[in-house]
Amino acid sequence: MKILVPVKRVVDYNVKVRVKSDGTGVETAGVKMSMNPFDEIAVEEAVRLKEKGVATEIIAVSMGVAQCGETIRTALAMGADRGILVETDADLQPLAVAKMLKVLVDREQPTLVVMGKQAIDDDMNATGQMLAALLGWAQGTFASKVAIEGDKATVTREIDGGLETVALKLPAVVTTDLRLNEPRYASLPNIMKARKKPIETIKPADLGVDPAPRLTVIKVAEPPKRQAGKKVGSVAELVAKLKTEAKVI
Amino acid sequence: MDFALSDEQEAVREAIARICTRFDDKYWHDRDQTGGFPHELHQAMAEGGWLGICMPTDYGGAGLGITEAAIMMQAIAESGAGMSGASAIHMNIFGLNPVVVFGTEEQKARMLPPLIAGREKACFAVTEPNTGLDTTRLRTRAERRGDRYVVNGQKVWISTAQVAEKMLLLARTTPLDQVRKRTEGLSLFYTTIDRARVEAREIPKMGRKAVDSNQVFFDNFEVPVEDRIGEEGRGFEYILHGMNPERILIAAEAVGLGRVALARATQYAKERVVFERPIGQNQAIQHPLAEAWMQLEAAQLMVMNAAWRYDRGLSCGAQANASKYLAAEAGFFACQQAVMTHGGFGYAKEYHVERYLREIMIPRLTPVSPQLILCFIAERVLGLPKSY
Ligand SMILES: Cc1cc2nc3c(=O)[nH]c(=O)nc-3n(C[C@H](O)[C@H](O)[C@H](O)COP(=O)(O)OP(=O)(O)OC[C@H]3O[C@@H](n4cnc5c(N)ncnc54)[C@H](O)[C@@H]3O)c2cc1C
Repeated sequence: MKILVPVKRVVDYNVKVRVKSDGTGVETAGVKMSMNPFDEIAVEEAVRLKEKGVATEIIAVSMGVAQCGETIRTALAMGADRGILVETDADLQPLAVAKMLKVLVDREQPTLVVMGKQAIDDDMNATGQMLAALLGWAQGTFASKVAIEGDKATVTREIDGGLETVALKLPAVVTTDLRLNEPRYASLPNIMKARKKPIETIKPADLGVDPAPRLTVIKVAEPPKRQAGKKVGSVAELVAKLKTEAKVI
Repeated sequence: MDFALSDEQEAVREAIARICTRFDDKYWHDRDQTGGFPHELHQAMAEGGWLGICMPTDYGGAGLGITEAAIMMQAIAESGAGMSGASAIHMNIFGLNPVVVFGTEEQKARMLPPLIAGREKACFAVTEPNTGLDTTRLRTRAERRGDRYVVNGQKVWISTAQVAEKMLLLARTTPLDQVRKRTEGLSLFYTTIDRARVEAREIPKMGRKAVDSNQVFFDNFEVPVEDRIGEEGRGFEYILHGMNPERILIAAEAVGLGRVALARATQYAKERVVFERPIGQNQAIQHPLAEAWMQLEAAQLMVMNAAWRYDRGLSCGAQANASKYLAAEAGFFACQQAVMTHGGFGYAKEYHVERYLREIMIPRLTPVSPQLILCFIAERVLGLPKSY
């Protein structure tokens, strides 16, 4: 069984994101970029399935600028077998990504697509669902547990107020939540091996997809700065402030 | 000329930084208080295959260069692990270079894999109490008796001798008065420490409590002949081979420690408000930090230059020594400035910078003193008369 794992290059989760001065987006120049953390969880899950003998091959796919190749390399160092880079400078939005993934799925015929539930840059939480719809496949989103048996996948989903367990008929799309697993660290031998694993580079046109954005970003702004808290000296002062300043009582 | 790290070097940096996130400030603070070797870090590095970063692939290593090893060691120090983290594995990364270069196939197959796998740790026993930097006068004797050598004498400052199973030992096999040159008659051994014959007494010291340094006493310690590396009498020559890389690594560690100190100081300078302004708004606070950054960056270029030369087989003695000098001094300046920037709080253990300051003294003092580096540069680079 083949598993396809899409991986996205995003601003590293440790970086304090800054909005560009012209409000068109966030600053990425000179900023540390890494694999989307949910995608790391997806790669880890795929590698574990391979280690259990469930999967035979893992294909990591990334779309975007040439440097997305580095993100694929990271996936290869974690245990993916080969990579596909769809290289484009276009601003990629979920629908375009889902369409391109669909063509790749048709070509590669994986039984399972495991992907992050969302990317931490735009938090769209859409690509996995769109891909499942385009393929007409079952979907198990926000997975915190995945078990494969025969042609069935049992996915435990994290939903508001608890856990929901769904049974999917394969092939299926699974999107990962934070608690699914703890991704491994790439070991040195695996980093070395990853260098020799193949990455195929193609363009959106090769997939017959026009990746032009359908949504227009009007403005990106920073959230309002939080005011520093105040220390009060007495209960009386607190009550007074709640009345006159906070106006909550 | 290309000053950028390769993708692979970035990957090394990244991967090490991630492993080190498991060992946070509290971990190193506690190690500094109570001591205890950071076995968990050593184990994590072994499991990830990192201990073999510049060991030959035939023996389970990754076959990368000293450049990558320097990047790795720097990332460890820079994570806040400082010398407590770096010294815990430093010796195991490059210490066995003489075995790689001068050992027989049998020795390499026997000695390298357990070290790379982290099953064994090694210590490096050269310094002696009565010879100091004048290494060729060392007095520890190894006398040949049949198929073994019998070692008697004393070493000092031997790091990790409490936890190591193995020792790379330099000892005199031909007495000084019987050799033509003082550099002759020393031999190198890589052997198992027999605790019944080798006593290691820990030296209470200023910093890096987690990684022990010791007085070591040899009392008729027997070393099998097959544990001698290379020819008898040429040990000094062999250890010289590993000295430049060692300096490069410790220099990289010093820059790493300086960087984390600078990062902490900068953060504090942004946050601490006195006289109704962040202290970092004052030039008296900013400028020394800016200076620390420049010094660290300049030192780093020399470190990478030295590593690059070593990996290409070019002579690198001057650069390796210069990098160790510059990096240790830049690191020291940064750590000291980090304490000063924190004001009184810099003196509190809670802020970590006083620990860095105590640890950055190590790369200044060892493996060679700054004075002797200046002597070396004056003599070998500038052609001035030898002064010592
Ligand atoms: C934390 C720590 C860990 C160590 N770990 C190890 C280890 O694992 N293995 C090991 O073998 N050693 C180790 N050492 C020892 C270290 O390598 C030595 O301390 C160092 O080489 C200096 O030797 P010394 O202390 O005897 O200094 P000395 O030789 O006594 O020198 C004292 C001072 O005099 C100066 N000096 C001497 N001669 C001259 C001259 N001609 N011109 C100008 N100045 C001069 C020196 O520069 C120095 O400042 C360690 C030391 C420390 C502090």
